[in-house]
Amino acid sequence: MANSYQSPVGVTNRFNGALRRGGFIRGMDWVLVSAVLLLLVIGAILVSAGTRNWYAAAGLDPNYYLKRHLINIVVGLVLGIATMLFDYRLLRAYTPILWGIAFLGLVAVLIPGIGSTIHGAKAWITLPGGYSVEPGEFAKVAVIAGMAMLLAERREGEKDPKARDVAQSLIIAALPMILIMLQPDLGTVMILSASVLVVIAISGASWKWVAGLILLACIGSVGAVKLHVLHDYQIKRLQSFVDPKADPQQSGYQLRQARITIGSGGMLGKGLYKGPQTNGRFVPEQQTDFIFTVAGEELGFVGSASVIGLFGVILWRAGRIARRSTDLFGRLVAGGIMAWFAFQIFENVGMAMGLMPMTGVPLPLLSYGGTSLFAVLIGVGLLENVHIGRA
Amino acid sequence: MSDRSWRRLVIVQVLIASMLIALLGRLYYMQIASGPRYQAAAMDNQSRDIITPAARGMILDDKGVPLAMNRTGLVISLDHEALQKAKDGGKELLNRLAKILGTSYEALVARTTLCGAKSAVTIGCWNGSPYQPIPLTNSANSDMALQIIEHAEKFPGVTAEPEGFRFYPAVGGANAAHVLGYIGPVSTADMKSKSSRNVGLHQYDLIGKAGLEYQYDTDLRGESGIRQVVVDRTGAITRIVRSTPATPGNHLVTSIDARVQTVVEQQLAAAIARARAGPPGDRRGSHSADGGAAIVMDVTNGRIIAMASYPTYDPNIWENGLSYKQAKTLFSEASSVPALSRAIQGQFAPASTFKVVSLAAAAAAGYDLNATYDCPVNLKIGNRVFTNFEGERFGRISMRTAIAVSCDTVWYQIAYDMWVRDGGLRPKKNPADYFFKAAKAYRIGERTGIDLPSEVTGRLADRQWKTKWYANNSHFFCNYQKEAIPSQRTPMLIAIAKENCVDGMKVRAGDAVNFAIGQGDTTITPLQLAQIYAAVANGGTLWRPTIGRAILKPDGTLVREIKPQKLGRIPMNQKTLAFVRDALRAVVTQGTAVYPFSGFPISVSAKTGTGEVFGKNLNGSPKDTTSWLATYAPSEKPRYAVVMMVSQGGTGSLTGGPSVRKIYESLFGVTGSTVNPALSLFPKGPPSALPGLTLAGRILPLHGKP
Repeated sequence: MANSYQSPVGVTNRFNGALRRGGFIRGMDWVLVSAVLLLLVIGAILVSAGTRNWYAAAGLDPNYYLKRHLINIVVGLVLGIATMLFDYRLLRAYTPILWGIAFLGLVAVLIPGIGSTIHGAKAWITLPGGYSVEPGEFAKVAVIAGMAMLLAERREGEKDPKARDVAQSLIIAALPMILIMLQPDLGTVMILSASVLVVIAISGASWKWVAGLILLACIGSVGAVKLHVLHDYQIKRLQSFVDPKADPQQSGYQLRQARITIGSGGMLGKGLYKGPQTNGRFVPEQQTDFIFTVAGEELGFVGSASVIGLFGVILWRAGRIARRSTDLFGRLVAGGIMAWFAFQIFENVGMAMGLMPMTGVPLPLLSYGGTSLFAVLIGVGLLENVHIGRA
Repeated sequence: MSDRSWRRLVIVQVLIASMLIALLGRLYYMQIASGPRYQAAAMDNQSRDIITPAARGMILDDKGVPLAMNRTGLVISLDHEALQKAKDGGKELLNRLAKILGTSYEALVARTTLCGAKSAVTIGCWNGSPYQPIPLTNSANSDMALQIIEHAEKFPGVTAEPEGFRFYPAVGGANAAHVLGYIGPVSTADMKSKSSRNVGLHQYDLIGKAGLEYQYDTDLRGESGIRQVVVDRTGAITRIVRSTPATPGNHLVTSIDARVQTVVEQQLAAAIARARAGPPGDRRGSHSADGGAAIVMDVTNGRIIAMASYPTYDPNIWENGLSYKQAKTLFSEASSVPALSRAIQGQFAPASTFKVVSLAAAAAAGYDLNATYDCPVNLKIGNRVFTNFEGERFGRISMRTAIAVSCDTVWYQIAYDMWVRDGGLRPKKNPADYFFKAAKAYRIGERTGIDLPSEVTGRLADRQWKTKWYANNSHFFCNYQKEAIPSQRTPMLIAIAKENCVDGMKVRAGDAVNFAIGQGDTTITPLQLAQIYAAVANGGTLWRPTIGRAILKPDGTLVREIKPQKLGRIPMNQKTLAFVRDALRAVVTQGTAVYPFSGFPISVSAKTGTGEVFGKNLNGSPKDTTSWLATYAPSEKPRYAVVMMVSQGGTGSLTGGPSVRKIYESLFGVTGSTVNPALSLFPKGPPSALPGLTLAGRILPLHGKP
């Protein structure tokens, strides 16, 4: 991409050469884009299927959630495209700013009066007009980009990152993670931990770092339970994962209903808008954290396996972009995003099927909820950016 | 970038791929492999069965008068879950309810405690399903209901709705509690039971628990309607899957006549009162008379026209669940166990009423019933002296007179002779055992087979029974001085125990002579005695006593008739039977039953009995004698057998006699010594036709249109 070197402003430059051979439209990973767009469409349908009938039954606007979700998709796509069009080098320059904003947002949610508590976690900043923002979602982007920036910046002749770089990047990751821990939002912390681990690993840092981090994660999780750092509801959720009867009325009930909803879908599902479990609202939070249960019940094994397949395509393309990236920054960004997506998907779908403990994380691209969607689409934009930017 | 970076990236990708494969595998397991299980769970989740109870069929008397029916009342119920959910265990809620319903907090606690809870033992409990709303009252007024409905938020889980409940109207005063039984909620044990009578039961159904309600439950209960609905998480109905309406139960027509039943109950109570006051002419004065039974049977077919047991209770108390106090009273010995149906569950030595059996035995053994026999005041058998009951001495008398005056010594001699002929204490290989065989042929020790549950057998104390009894008790008798309670270690009892230890397995001379006069270990229920005397009256047929006559559909059409059934014949030829009937008539004309029937214009045949009872009452007094009176009338062409028994009631004639006479008076329409058929409850005998019903299920009286 010789032309990108000629212009100081990447955005206009990329537009100018958009359709030229080697221009960004041709340079985009269209397989990735197709999978993302397909999942966005499926997500919109599932959000509608999960909410339309009971909203209609309650005498409310049956398309309330669908409309808001479509707006979120449009906003998310704009953010994603903008991210994609940023000049690759400017991206590195903007990273500290992005990180700073995310950090301030995480501090803000902990300040009473600004942050609002939903489901026991102070993770949200309420905006006028019924909207709210979850800074933790953006922190994922910021942490991955920030770590990549620090780890990729090295002096001549150095092949792999030195201890100092690794330590710096861990501080960059740890600060927001501590703040998220204080909300507390265990799911996001777990996803970030996985991403941090993968970024460190593929940065080429010594295996001791990798092993050390895995050990730390184990000690951290055991310690959290033993030292009563976790809240009661978090322990209950974990207990419900091990023994669904431990808390049958609350989280145990949710998990049981989620599994029944998915399992009753069978091979071909009950058909869109026709799932009795979904229409009976047996699974709480179905349009957000448990959106996969709608797919499970109404689209059956064929439909929900296809959804997992599409996620597989995205993760494969993310890995491919990481592998093919010509510089370490691009590889670390793409690899980090891949780890983030992968772990979040695994956690969300695994929770709905009883493979993973219950933590409130949304399913990328499908769940209702603006901030998550924006963050994920920004992540996709970054993947495309790296893809286009590869020399 | 190093190769290390690339390698690790590939490793991460492999890990991610395996995570996705794990998800797909789990998805396959849930949706395909375990799909049916999850679909069943989903159905279970979403569907609810709403049960509409079926109207239970009525129990009617022979003329169509309802003995058991359904009534609608304003029922206030409480969902047990509401108590569990309340922070204070529902204390405040129950207090508030008690105030409105005009009852006490404690009473409501007793009603809503689940049976099986620890405290249930002492305070009473709810025997139904914990998921079924517990009825607190079925006779609320609209004021109470309004207070609850208007402040629904203060009364979570409380409903006030008109509902049907079982009602026993006791028309004319006919209580018949022991015959009718009662209904109650299906218990967990009922639901689990594989008995065919429990097929198709639903959790909230009410079923017959005793009496006719139990016996004919499958006819009476009908089938509950079910609406299977799909509900959402909040329980709101979103769809109706299927809906089957309730099928009302069929009606049971019985041979009980409410008017005769009323008379019999009143006369039984009168006999008890008479015994307690001291029957006129009774030298022993007053008796404790702790219970009794009376039966009127149609001798031509064994149908029961009336059957009463004393003490009784109001069958309506079961409807709301028993309070602890009520339950305690029903089953306590101090109150003489009102729940016990003495007609079919009371077992007493038949005493002299047993002599119809002895006559058959003597005839079979070749004794000439027309010869004369010696009736001394007592008879020494072995080292024991057996006397006539009241020390009478009649000298040489005919057997007819011996029956009429109830001479026992005649029978001591006959039974002793037979015992000796059978080998005495070393019985022959095939002893003749005329007495035991006759008793067996009379079905002593066997259930009559009446269409009521929980009938007992009584006991035939023959050789086999003796052997079994000894096997069970020899240890006790052989170690009597160690094992008996101190108060029973009297010299006489110790001597008896010693004797029992040595040869308790044998039929001794004393056992044999006691058997002949219906004393000793042989026991019989009042209904068994009625069955026997009906057989003597009708020419020898032992009928299975029946109460149910027919099952009618709710619209009145016949489902099936319940036919009387012959069980066998009593072991007497016509000649012997004629002798027995003549002797039983002589009992009334010149014997022990002259007093109650003097001047009675209808000829009555009877046998009195005064059964001695071993043992002591709760207060330490020895048990008083059992008063028996077994009768039938008219003697020439018998139609009714009437049996009355009063436990600890003195003699049959003085205690029961006047009451039995009153029963015959109303059956035949007798005033003083004249018969007025217009006053008879049955001018033409018990009705042979079934009462009719209108299409709406209303009963048409048998005689005369409304």
